[in-house]
Amino acid sequence: MLCQNCHERPATVHFTKIVNGEKSEYRLCEQCARERGDIFAKAVNSFGFNHLLGGLLNFESSPGFTAPAGKGLRCDVCGMTYQQFTQVGQFGCPSCYEHFAPRLEPLLRRIQSAVQHTGKVPARTGSHVKLRKDLERLRKELQQCVANEQFERAAEIRDQIRALEQQLGQ
Amino acid sequence: MSLGNFLQRAMSRWMRDGGPQDDIILTSRIRIARNIQDIPFPILQTQGHANQVLDTVRRAIAQPAFTRLGQFEMVRMSDMPLLDRQVLMEKHLISKELVDKPRHGAVVLRDDEVVSIMVNEEDHLRIQVIMPGLRLKEAWQLADQIDDALETEIPYAFHERYGYLTACPTNVGTGIRASVMMHLPALVLSGQINRILTAISQVGLTVRGLYGEGTESAGNLFQVSNQVTLGESEEEIIANLMSVVQQLIDHERQARRMLLSENRDALEDRICRSFGILAYARRMDSKETLERLSDVRLGIDLGIIKGVSAGILKELMIMTQPAFLQKYFNQELSPAERDVRRAALIRERLRMDNTEVR
Repeated sequence: MLCQNCHERPATVHFTKIVNGEKSEYRLCEQCARERGDIFAKAVNSFGFNHLLGGLLNFESSPGFTAPAGKGLRCDVCGMTYQQFTQVGQFGCPSCYEHFAPRLEPLLRRIQSAVQHTGKVPARTGSHVKLRKDLERLRKELQQCVANEQFERAAEIRDQIRALEQQLGQ
Repeated sequence: MSLGNFLQRAMSRWMRDGGPQDDIILTSRIRIARNIQDIPFPILQTQGHANQVLDTVRRAIAQPAFTRLGQFEMVRMSDMPLLDRQVLMEKHLISKELVDKPRHGAVVLRDDEVVSIMVNEEDHLRIQVIMPGLRLKEAWQLADQIDDALETEIPYAFHERYGYLTACPTNVGTGIRASVMMHLPALVLSGQINRILTAISQVGLTVRGLYGEGTESAGNLFQVSNQVTLGESEEEIIANLMSVVQQLIDHERQARRMLLSENRDALEDRICRSFGILAYARRMDSKETLERLSDVRLGIDLGIIKGVSAGILKELMIMTQPAFLQKYFNQELSPAERDVRRAALIRERLRMDNTEVR
């Protein structure tokens, strides 16, 4: 069915208005619906990404799921509750990640590929994190070198690992 | 001011210059989300917090580690007229969110507009690098440098397990969104596109229209970007996107060859008709403009239309947007007036080249 306003695009918004018992129906495309003002705009926009995320978050508490208690969770720093988070789909402050950790992990597992960051580490804020990551990478490389019998390279890597371990120890 | 002069001044580098594989890839874009320790995200920001963020950024971009990366200027959204904000959005330099809600927002722009940093949008900082052609690695290297330079002054919110912390958990970890804008007319014409787009969504990537989330894909333009930000490194994310994009390029090239060898008459007819309409029409809406431009660009790539610069699609797809048009004609225009002016602008732009239709 085509939009009754522009007669060009398919009608995807079906809207029934009842004023004083008088019923009028609209079948519009999204674009025309948006142009017709607030009431339609709300209907069209209300199913945004954040609601989808919110739905995903609440899904855990549906029957059949044993969810960790999320109701009372609240971030001490910014005051945002987990309930509020599920509605807006955004955290209030960096500390929310700590405060909501028990509920966060299942969510991250669903929307991300893993729960452990493996990418860039800021030089200043995370210097020890960076060292540990470098160490991990070198150890892997060392194993590979040994497996491929590249012993000279392996010796080099071993020395690098020792140096890093010393730095971390300090 | 002549159109040529206006274009010289109004265009970002990505609109003007070419790049690798730019017969199919219009732009490569890297965006990274960063936040400052111990300050609430913009959604819960008070005026005080917002100013703290703005001051921190202002300090960070004034120090030598940053200024050696180019000429930058920081502008508050509230100091900018609505039309200027809209033009920045049409040039893909800021988001719709900053246009609609200027509140505490700001943007730091490099003079060539390759780098733009949004301040107090959904996150405290959104660093963006946009380059013409397929240049994801280069774009990431520059974004990485900008990020390092800012970090010497800004204490980032970083978590050992979750990485860079962001307002929305869909960006946490690397905070990176790498995307390419692709022109895929032959895959659309040959009816293969839906099958391919479905396949893309199964390998952790998403496809969007010209202006991002929720916009429709007009003019056979598709933005392909990574979905996942946590659990993979930036290099892995970019390599994954690159390999899919390369396959799309190969498929598109193959489809173009097929169309030329099997449907040449129909294809030439379509391309030349679109060229004729762009060259002579007196009214053009945005959607038709994009569709016709897409045909003409394909005609240029296939050697059917000669003498028209290949950059015309990129140039005109931005130039003919509502705010840009009003900026050029220097007056407020109703949608109907815009259609008339848009057609005039396109005719004028086409006359700047020595066109020859084979």
